[in-house]
Amino acid sequence: MMDKTMIALMVENNAGVLSRVAMLFGRRGFNIDSLTVSATEDPDISRITITTTGDENVIKQIILQTKKLVEVLAVRVEDPLVAIQRELLLLKLRTTENDLTGISAICSIYEAAIVDLSENSLIIELTGKPGKIDAFLAVLKKYEIIEQCRTGVTTIERGEDAFTYQNRESHRS
Amino acid sequence: MKMTGAEMIVELLIEQGVTDLFGYPGGATLHIHDALYNRRDKITHYLPADERGAAHAADGYARATGKVGVCLATSGPGATNLVTGIATAFLDSVPMVAITANVGTDLIGKDSFQEVYISGIAGPIAKHTYAVRDIDRLAQTIRAAFEIADSGRKGPVLVDIPKNITAALCEFEPRQAAEPVPAEVPDPAQLKAIAAMIERSRCPVLCFGGGVVSSGASEELKQFIEKTGIPTCHTIMATGVIAFGHDLDLGMTGMHGSVAANTSIAHADLLIAAGTRLSDRVAQGRKTFAPKAQIIQFDIDPSEIGKSVDSGGSLIGDLRSILQELMPLVKNKDRSKWMADIRRWKEKDYFPDNTGDKLMPHQIMEVIGELAGPESIITTDVGQHQIWAAQYCKTTRPRGFMTSGGLGTMGFGYGAAVGAQVAFPSASVIHITGDGSLHMNMCEAATAVSYGLPIITIILDNAVLGMVRQLQWAYHKERYMATEPYRKTDYETVGKGFGVQTYRADTSEAFRDAFARALKNTGPSWIVCPIDKKEKVLPMMPAGKGVEDIILTQEEGGL
Repeated sequence: MMDKTMIALMVENNAGVLSRVAMLFGRRGFNIDSLTVSATEDPDISRITITTTGDENVIKQIILQTKKLVEVLAVRVEDPLVAIQRELLLLKLRTTENDLTGISAICSIYEAAIVDLSENSLIIELTGKPGKIDAFLAVLKKYEIIEQCRTGVTTIERGEDAFTYQNRESHRS
Repeated sequence: MKMTGAEMIVELLIEQGVTDLFGYPGGATLHIHDALYNRRDKITHYLPADERGAAHAADGYARATGKVGVCLATSGPGATNLVTGIATAFLDSVPMVAITANVGTDLIGKDSFQEVYISGIAGPIAKHTYAVRDIDRLAQTIRAAFEIADSGRKGPVLVDIPKNITAALCEFEPRQAAEPVPAEVPDPAQLKAIAAMIERSRCPVLCFGGGVVSSGASEELKQFIEKTGIPTCHTIMATGVIAFGHDLDLGMTGMHGSVAANTSIAHADLLIAAGTRLSDRVAQGRKTFAPKAQIIQFDIDPSEIGKSVDSGGSLIGDLRSILQELMPLVKNKDRSKWMADIRRWKEKDYFPDNTGDKLMPHQIMEVIGELAGPESIITTDVGQHQIWAAQYCKTTRPRGFMTSGGLGTMGFGYGAAVGAQVAFPSASVIHITGDGSLHMNMCEAATAVSYGLPIITIILDNAVLGMVRQLQWAYHKERYMATEPYRKTDYETVGKGFGVQTYRADTSEAFRDAFARALKNTGPSWIVCPIDKKEKVLPMMPAGKGVEDIILTQEEGGL
């Protein structure tokens, strides 16, 4: 299996920019394993993080093709050794009284929070690297999942350097 | 000064140097057309038969002149009719600005009459699209559209403007059109490395494409190949850039390329790809194309490097500057053994039969090339006639052969011819088509007649959809499904009905005579040329096969 690659994009915060990025991936047959998008400290700029799978040629094409989109100001591959990666999991499990102790022991090891408890179900919240969330889900496999929701990875690099980009004055190739 | 959005649009077009526009009115364009009325001394508005014709005409105008072509359509179906034309321009990197009017902003998103989200529809088939929703952003958007269309790798940009914005008032500041942004120039170390690779090569081939035309690099390219002595072939997009029969010319490459071009590429140790994206019609497989060669790519678009082939080196930038910078670093090298091999392959090439009495496709093209003159402009539709035109017309003019190479759009040729003739009123514009393609867009005859454009349409009538039929011959055991319509269209009557002068030519002599007469007409002409449906486009390199499998025979019977 190919490794996942995280790609961060700084984009103009225009209506339609997300669909343009998603459309590019769709039409060129690139995978999107997860995608997050949000505003940044600059209200005119949004940041998109995409996790994708592909060989070296594909990743190179993804970078070069997304760079060509007029509203994309900067693109970079996030180095997993330097980038802090976080993803949020919300998980609703069906429970009986007997399950509670076991589940809460697992949660405390993973530092997950039980954020809702009903008579026959509970909701767990966990934040962490995707690998941690995968492992957590694997441990909870024996319980019945009612709903599962993951946000996808968002990243930021360690250290004081910023992800720099230039506001576009010229539009080339 | 304060003016309406519509007036601003027109002033911005004038500012950008637009003198001709291909448009079709509708409810949503009323204000824009009204503003055009006031400035009809500055911008001539041409009305096609439908919006697709407008888009192809703007495309043909851009290909003929190198300027940005402009088309205008109303909301809804007007906008969707542009789509094929925009996609055609996109796949061939033609600079174009398409303006669509939309319903008013209060009606947007409510499935209003003649409302579509055209900037979304056109997104994947345009270099960029804009949906203007605020009059304060109108001027900067239109200026940006022209800049994007005409910079770097050129392409079409769509600007969608709601009707109420065309009526709203706003302060407008006239400005001079921005100077084009110069493309980056490769650094000296890269240039040296590429020059060294060329120097080391014993069996080099250069393959050039439409980038030579876009960057105006024909003269530099000719100097480069003559200085280095490197044999050269071209893609269909670069037809007519280098004179046919030049010593170093191997002809066209690709699926219907010459034996010499394709065999040379198969044996080359170095392939220089200049201004070509090496599409699947040229490089039929990543591993099988130029298997012994290192491939060097010269391209203005970095995303083309390594996209379809494994790249052994590249120079990014405007092709003309690349060749200028590279010129002093290269020299001629004796490659007599390689040239002897190539001469041998040239002898093995396909030469069409000239012995029968029947009118042959290549004879038509040769007569066109001979009589039309070097200033003529040829446009084609898509199919067998397109390849025959590229193979046998043999005219030399870098912007003189326009064809839908990337998208392969049947019905492109007539609209493109209208655009070319508008750009060059005194040039001979020849539209070469087939009976299939003509049926897709013959309505543009009305445009040609309305404006007295002396376009000569050559109809190669084999009564079948020849190119697809040829594929059924090659791959589907001659099971001719949906390719033999045998239409009952009487072209001479139809042409007369449009107001076109029509001719019929059954022999080569008759064609010569008809074509000579058509060249003297002041209005449009059609020349109907019945040809045998068994005529194949040869050579043909079947998909996924190598040069040893090139088909060189007309005999019936598939692979």
